[in-house]
Amino acid sequence: MDFVKLIEQKEMKGIPPAFRVGDSVKVHVKVKEGEKDRIQIFQGMVIAMKGGGTGATFTVRKISDGVGVERIFPVHSPIISKVDVVRHGRVRRAKLYYLRSRKGKAARVEEETQG
Amino acid sequence: MVEGLIGRKIAMTQVFDAEGGAVPCTVVQAGPCVVVAKRDPAKDGYEAVQLGLVEPGKARGVSKAVQGHFAKANVPPTRRVKEFRLVPGGDNPAVGDKVLVTLFKPQDRVDVIGVSKGKGFQGVMKRHHFRGGAASHGSMFHRAPGSIGSSAYPSRTFRGMRMGGRMGGDRVTVKNLEVLRVDEENNLLVVKGAVPGASGAVLMVRRSRAPMRVKKPQLQAAPKAGAKTAGKAAGKPAAKKA
Repeated sequence: MDFVKLIEQKEMKGIPPAFRVGDSVKVHVKVKEGEKDRIQIFQGMVIAMKGGGTGATFTVRKISDGVGVERIFPVHSPIISKVDVVRHGRVRRAKLYYLRSRKGKAARVEEETQG
Repeated sequence: MVEGLIGRKIAMTQVFDAEGGAVPCTVVQAGPCVVVAKRDPAKDGYEAVQLGLVEPGKARGVSKAVQGHFAKANVPPTRRVKEFRLVPGGDNPAVGDKVLVTLFKPQDRVDVIGVSKGKGFQGVMKRHHFRGGAASHGSMFHRAPGSIGSSAYPSRTFRGMRMGGRMGGDRVTVKNLEVLRVDEENNLLVVKGAVPGASGAVLMVRRSRAPMRVKKPQLQAAPKAGAKTAGKAAGKPAAKKA
């Protein structure tokens, strides 16, 4: 029996993430302010998904006031309450690091159309 | 109560704490153990129990003498046997009784004893944390130990001089590790941080003997709690007015 998997299973959210690399997402992050919990939304594009088990992470990139901002979130962390997919992107690679060197129109990703 | 029990290191992973932070941890399969023998203060001069680690499969190559030792306790022979002291509190187990992970609960502190991974013949920098020399700028002295003593007097190298040699494979005690999770069903213990040895290594897990250090969090928590109640007191009359 794989005991590590057994322990990890309990730490993980039951369902695998419903987004893919290239998707634009809204990440709902729980922020602790004094005694209260507040939900903060980080909206951007998923440019990478890494790792497995409890250590799995995804990277979200957005342009904030003309400055590129990237945040790496642990997929299974309890501080992530929800991830909404705003738009599915059609991409041909697993890591979209090339977007970092592009600006404006060049940094777009085509929207995925069904069929 | 028994101080601890025998276990095996499974592997490392990470779990999340209440704040959502990832905590590195080691999964240990602790027990089940059986009490094979008891040490009596009158007869042996100290009080302890000898535990055997119950593992699947039959212990092979057990000599007649050892078989007899286990037969006395009326338990099947185990491959691993270790002694643990008894500590105040709880019931002391009798010979033949089982000792399980239920000994520990989350937030307990434990010491984990095991044999570290063998590192082979290592130089003085890795083995004793010597600084070594400069890597560049024409330095020709990199990882060598340097002088190991004076000349005509004392005409010898002092005993215990730290030099290169076999490293690892020592008995190592890691003290005061926090217990993060306990899985009674599978006899699993999740302990914060690293533990000596490779995966599958035999370990002794016991209640920590180091005194609990809680000074810092107390100091931090005290003003916060005060501020919180003050805020509440100020907030309530305002709400009543409205």
